Amino acid sequence: MKIRRTQRIMTAVGMVILAAMEVYIPSAADTADSTAIIVRDFMFNPTPLTVKAGSTVTWTNRDDEPHNVVSDTGMFKSGGMDTNESFSFKFDKPGTYHFTCSIHPRMVGTVVVQ
Amino acid sequence: MSDDESRLSRRNALKCLAYGGAGTVFALSGGVFTPVDLAMAAGNRQSAGKLGKPLFVQISDTHIGFNKEANPDVAGTLTQTIDIVNAMGDQPALIIHTGDITHLSKAAEFDLAQQLFSRLRTAEMHTVPGEHDTTDATVTEYFNRFGKASNNKGYYSFDHDGVHFIGLINVLQFKPGGLGTLGEEQLAWVAADLKGRSASTPLVVFAHMPLWTIYEPWGWGTGDSDQLMNQLRRFGSVTVLNGHIHQIVQKVEGNITFHTARSTSYPQPLAGVGTGPGPLKVPADQLASMLGVTSVSVARHPSALALTDTALA
Repeated sequence: MKIRRTQRIMTAVGMVILAAMEVYIPSAADTADSTAIIVRDFMFNPTPLTVKAGSTVTWTNRDDEPHNVVSDTGMFKSGGMDTNESFSFKFDKPGTYHFTCSIHPRMVGTVVVQ
Repeated sequence: MSDDESRLSRRNALKCLAYGGAGTVFALSGGVFTPVDLAMAAGNRQSAGKLGKPLFVQISDTHIGFNKEANPDVAGTLTQTIDIVNAMGDQPALIIHTGDITHLSKAAEFDLAQQLFSRLRTAEMHTVPGEHDTTDATVTEYFNRFGKASNNKGYYSFDHDGVHFIGLINVLQFKPGGLGTLGEEQLAWVAADLKGRSASTPLVVFAHMPLWTIYEPWGWGTGDSDQLMNQLRRFGSVTVLNGHIHQIVQKVEGNITFHTARSTSYPQPLAGVGTGPGPLKVPADQLASMLGVTSVSVARHPSALALTDTALA
């Protein structure tokens, strides 16, 4: 009886995992390191992203719509990134850096460099 | 006679009944847009034949370079659009392109767009850039080709057939988290441009992003457009034309008529539907009905502009 119940719970857990996987299967590129920001559904994720000084942050567009990355202070600016295109920038100094997609200015994000 | 028709007759308003291939047709008189359904328009082909010579045709959001599922052949649909314009009995005097000529501001995309535009029988084209035309690192690809009229500023005015046209740029000075922006310098230029101009001069003001707030969460508006409207209000006939949202939305405020055009490339969702204002995938046989152009003609008595939207199918 007890074993059966455990099995049932395990099956339920498995189904939940499967259900979650159906919704979103992260690709290797999206989870490879902690310096990646994914652009999907008109959002930067994660934001804020915290990295160590000297890190190179890479933004990758996963939308059908192009996006770009423009620093609020003019420190960096990507070109238009089409689907699956990326842009990278190396952050040498600690600080808080805000950026926007100038094609869709409501899309904002932050990199915190420690 | 339908209710709509009789109401129009009473106002003696519908000087020209417009006819389009599909979708909804709009006629404007005395500052009021009147949607006319196609069955009714089709039943009045005689009136359609009397449609005055179109002053200009508005083409928007051609997005040359886009190749995703929502429309893998944007060059093809632009070609279809140009065929429709070239087939008009009376050729428009001007073409106005309200931006997003290209998808990614690439030189090759601009080159292809210009090559396609060169097939238009109407050679005179006036443009304003969209945000997709200004994403190259140096923001030079658009201005190298289309910057001459505005001395590379992006805003300029000209007159044609008694109508004063003002082209504005609202895609450069964006504010993070905000809407499009005109900026103090451009607003001051508009004030100087309009100073001393008679209130009876019909105005056509065109820019890429809507010059009124349609949906703020998606940036469908211009943050400082109120300052522009304050300058336009004294004029008797003002037509404000925009693109950007790839669908027809319109509003009338006093003497100012606002109208956004369809795209020739791909449709976008209705405001707030879905995750964002990206390309909307529709069944292939529906695509052409969601793409098209706006034709604008002048009704002299009263002096007002009539707008007609034509879909590709």
